[in-house]
Amino acid sequence: MRDWLTYRLSDLLLFSPRTYYRMLERHNQAIWPAQLLALAFGVGILALLRRPGVRQGRIVAGILGLLWAGVAWAFLWQRYATINWAARGLAGLFAIEALLFLWAGIFRRDLRFSLRRDPADALGLTLFVAALAIYPWLAPLTGRSWQQAELFGVFPDPTVLGTLGLLLLAEGRSLWKLLVIPIVMCSISAATLWAIARAGPAP
Amino acid sequence: MGRQTLVSRRAVLGAAAAAAASSLFGPLVGLAQTGTLSRAIPSSGERLPVVGLGSWITFNVGNDPELRAECAAVMRAFFAAGGRLIDSSPMYGSSQAVIGYGLRKLGRPPSLFSADKVWISSGSEGPGQIEESRRHWSVPRFDLLQVHNLLAWEEHLPMLLDMKAAGRVRYVGITTSEGRRHEEVQKIMATRSIDFVQVTYNILDREVEERILPLAQERNIAVIANRPFRQGALIRSLAARPLPQWSEGIGAASWAQFLLKFIVSHPVITCAIPATSQVAHVKENMAAATGRLPDSSERRRMVAYVEGL
Repeated sequence: MRDWLTYRLSDLLLFSPRTYYRMLERHNQAIWPAQLLALAFGVGILALLRRPGVRQGRIVAGILGLLWAGVAWAFLWQRYATINWAARGLAGLFAIEALLFLWAGIFRRDLRFSLRRDPADALGLTLFVAALAIYPWLAPLTGRSWQQAELFGVFPDPTVLGTLGLLLLAEGRSLWKLLVIPIVMCSISAATLWAIARAGPAP
Repeated sequence: MGRQTLVSRRAVLGAAAAAAASSLFGPLVGLAQTGTLSRAIPSSGERLPVVGLGSWITFNVGNDPELRAECAAVMRAFFAAGGRLIDSSPMYGSSQAVIGYGLRKLGRPPSLFSADKVWISSGSEGPGQIEESRRHWSVPRFDLLQVHNLLAWEEHLPMLLDMKAAGRVRYVGITTSEGRRHEEVQKIMATRSIDFVQVTYNILDREVEERILPLAQERNIAVIANRPFRQGALIRSLAARPLPQWSEGIGAASWAQFLLKFIVSHPVITCAIPATSQVAHVKENMAAATGRLPDSSERRRMVAYVEGL
């Protein structure tokens, strides 16, 4: 542990921004047209928010479980792990979150998603819509190719952001358990993106 | 303390050639076959070009075929310019596998001096990690194995010394970077029979000049200088500033060459290991290992100039 404390965040950024963003692009190319399915799931969740109920909670939780499992396997395990040895640990966290959604939403029928007129719900809806419709624009808006766009349900960051938004709209006894991993992932992603932003081009 | 070194036929030939070159060009700096400046590894006399190739970040490109091809091109240019030492670590993601890809593509250049590390907190898992690294590189054995950042060095170092005694590695060393745990590094250098120490040394990070480099000289330990450009930050910060006119006199045509010549002109530094993903940069770096090197008064002038910017 003492050894690990001698490392700074920048020491653990193992790849150049170019390598990272090309990896996003190659993933998008490899899985096309699965992005359309992820987008359809996201829009479907948005539509279901207007129909609260047990059945709705099970469907939304099932979709989220599926998407978290998909990101864990297809992106984190299969692709990101090729340049980051910590990615398999992240994949494990995503897989646990996927199981938690299935357990809480489908088996315990403990989740409901609804839109009320309060600030927390407004924030939740804003986060989810941002993850679904605005996050993919970050690539072209920051001078990168469209092919590097990150979609909800395909890449970790927008999936985490959108899930946090949905959990702000949710009710259920298991809510706090479902919030832990997205909050941890948010912190890890923020630290990684900060380190990437600070890194210059590869020498 | 005895320094047993198992010397291969290649090493003997290299040492013989180096000895011949030394008689012509002086005891410290010699010329390799392509005119590249070289220095002797104190424990064996084998000579190494003063500029090597690091792989931190630049070679961690995963399975991306385009980026892998770029790395192989960098390696091709490195060997063509007389380079030998390539340094990597299990910590560097896919870098070892990418080096292995490049070596296979280049037909396993015989001049390669393979330097890798063991980086795992469990001593019992060290041999397995080294074997995995060796498979990534596709080499029969490593020339140099180092304990990365002193991680679990008390367990790894005896194992590496046993490997050396058994002929399964030629040299053993330790590494640190950015000034970490220098007291401990000195303790190991003073008490253990190691061949190499790898430390951060560049025109602004010169802490090792005070104790570690003199100790390396006293203990006949070769020194690898990492982070010569502070991971590119030094070059980026100097890029807009003019090179001093007198830099032509030391054969530096660019900031990269200026910075590298400063490092390798220290008589105790065996080689610097800049990392790059660009062929133009590796050629520029290797050119710093040719021509004359600054003397001590020129080195002081170089420091004053950069610190004054």
